[in-house]
Amino acid sequence: MRPFTYERAGSPAEAAAAAARNPGAKFIAGGTNLLDLMKLEIETPAHLIDVNGLSLDRMEATPDGGLRIGALVRNTDLAADERVRRDYGLLSRALLAGASGQLRNKATTAGNLLQRTRCPYFYDTAQPCNKRQPGSGCAAIGGFSRQLAVIGGSESCIATHPSDMAVAMLALDATVETVRPDGATRAIPIADFHRLPGDTPHIETSLEPGELITAVTLPQPLGGTHIYRKVRDRASYAFALVAVGAVVQPDGSGRVALGGVAHKPWRVAEADAELPKGARAVTTRLLAGAAPTPENAFKLPLVERTLGSVLAEAKG
Amino acid sequence: MINPGDLEMTRRGLLMGTAATVALTAGAFPMPAEAVVGAAAPQSVPQPDLAPVTSAVSFTVNGTSHDLTLDTRTTLLDALREHVHLTGPKKGCDHGQCGACTVLVDGRRINSCLSLAVMHQGDSITTIEGLGNPKSMHPMQAAFVKHDGYQCGYCTPGQICSAVAVLKEIEAGIPSHVSADLTARPQFTADELRERMSGNICRCGAYSNIVDAITEVAGRQA
Ligand SMILES: Cc1cc2nc3c(=O)[nH]c(=O)nc-3n(C[C@H](O)[C@H](O)[C@H](O)COP(=O)(O)OP(=O)(O)OC[C@H]3O[C@@H](n4cnc5c(N)ncnc54)[C@H](O)[C@@H]3O)c2cc1C
Ligand code: SF4
Ligand code: FES
Ligand code: FES
Repeated sequence: MRPFTYERAGSPAEAAAAAARNPGAKFIAGGTNLLDLMKLEIETPAHLIDVNGLSLDRMEATPDGGLRIGALVRNTDLAADERVRRDYGLLSRALLAGASGQLRNKATTAGNLLQRTRCPYFYDTAQPCNKRQPGSGCAAIGGFSRQLAVIGGSESCIATHPSDMAVAMLALDATVETVRPDGATRAIPIADFHRLPGDTPHIETSLEPGELITAVTLPQPLGGTHIYRKVRDRASYAFALVAVGAVVQPDGSGRVALGGVAHKPWRVAEADAELPKGARAVTTRLLAGAAPTPENAFKLPLVERTLGSVLAEAKG
Repeated sequence: MINPGDLEMTRRGLLMGTAATVALTAGAFPMPAEAVVGAAAPQSVPQPDLAPVTSAVSFTVNGTSHDLTLDTRTTLLDALREHVHLTGPKKGCDHGQCGACTVLVDGRRINSCLSLAVMHQGDSITTIEGLGNPKSMHPMQAAFVKHDGYQCGYCTPGQICSAVAVLKEIEAGIPSHVSADLTARPQFTADELRERMSGNICRCGAYSNIVDAITEVAGRQA
């Protein structure tokens, strides 16, 4: 790990301003992704701004009947919150399908959204990787790509976003609230938050340098049946090969988002509209234009079958 | 294909991944430019070669307070092992993948390898040494002995700290991936225990005896 200076921030504005003062600084929340990457010198911040002292660890009802989740609410506490379990079951389920009990106790809402890819070549500093070292190439294209993206990739990068929670947030139309170094705040719809790789795979979100996430807000509960189905190589404590998050209403309408298929959680409005027609119709729309590698082409039928099983479960 | 970031690990993969990590951190290799999430021009960020930085931190370990001055890079695990000289918490993978380093911080279990010591100012930390000792064992320690919940014992301190926290989590009504009904009280079933303990890997495969040990303590508590 490279040496770094460390400070504890006292308020969100202070944290954002500290980031502006220290180019190359990083916020640290749970540390479960950042420290992992710092040990491998994939992340090399010269300065860490500890945001754990900010009082962003609360959850509160919003005036319009939604829920505002502080950026520092731990994944365990979010999944266990009574309102989330009752009204946003998809979110609880997605969180509980991720990582381990120990990790969820530390991992935060903001850190989870910003966790970086698990592409094996991103982790291997001896390999070219445009995300880790822009312009160096992509070892995954033509390499071991079983876990990687089948849609939305580019000639620069075919990595996937590893978060389970983010899939649920996308299906639930969450909004990411931030404060910028100049103190200005904004609200970013989750659909505009994560980016596709294009030719700049090192730019993963629409956040600006030094911009701090303060909360993630959920709109009013949707009702319906909430299901998160994660398919992985072992029954627990593994990242998704494919994940399907769905909210299905009694009349068969609803919404669906996928994990494990793209550089960001994946949702297509026209595909939601096909839900009453069944898994094949939805999958055709969701994955139109997919460009899998020979190693990960299995994900396409896997999505359809997983969605089929989710819709069957929703019917009861 | 072995890579340290990949969780789909076989036992052999776990060992090799650990070896690869050691090789990576010890050896010279090309330094990647920093990839700043959300930043437009990551390569323009200068990387000053900082000398090691130290910082003071105070926390309580097993009821005793410690004032330490540590390199900011020191993980909680290394602080406990190298500075507080408690070698109960083990370093298996050093990357959050095995659970050998599990300790309780203010009663919650965490992976001490993925947490910086300086971030624990004022915290109260419990390691396996604080749960009990050979003369006065914690019920969970006694149950692991009785049920042979280990072979080599390397994962055991983490397993026991985790198990103690798991029973509290179930009691507190925190659901798990295998809880059938999110809104009902979770039960102390073997399925629940297995899922909740999945962050603790045992290379010796003592899993079934570990579940027996935890089940016995859960039964006594219930
Ligand atoms: C072994 C292992 C298995 C895992 N399995 C899964 C899994 O199955 N599914 C899954 O979804 N995840 C999994 N994870 C990932 C885990 O969910 C993430 O590491 C965690 O959510 C990150 O949260 P954190 O608070 O620890 O983030 P940190 O590591 O503290 O930060 C991550 C990033 O977010 C930035 N950041 C943090 N807070 C803010 C803020 N408020 N504003 C702006 N930037 C911020 C940091 O600068 C950093 O770049 C796994 C991790 C490990 C180690
Ligand atoms: S797929 Fe993306 S993350 Fe993986 S090696 Fe290629 S550029 Fe790097
Ligand atoms: S040493 Fe393996 S999880 Fe910490
Ligand atoms: S007892 Fe040997 S690793 Fe678990």
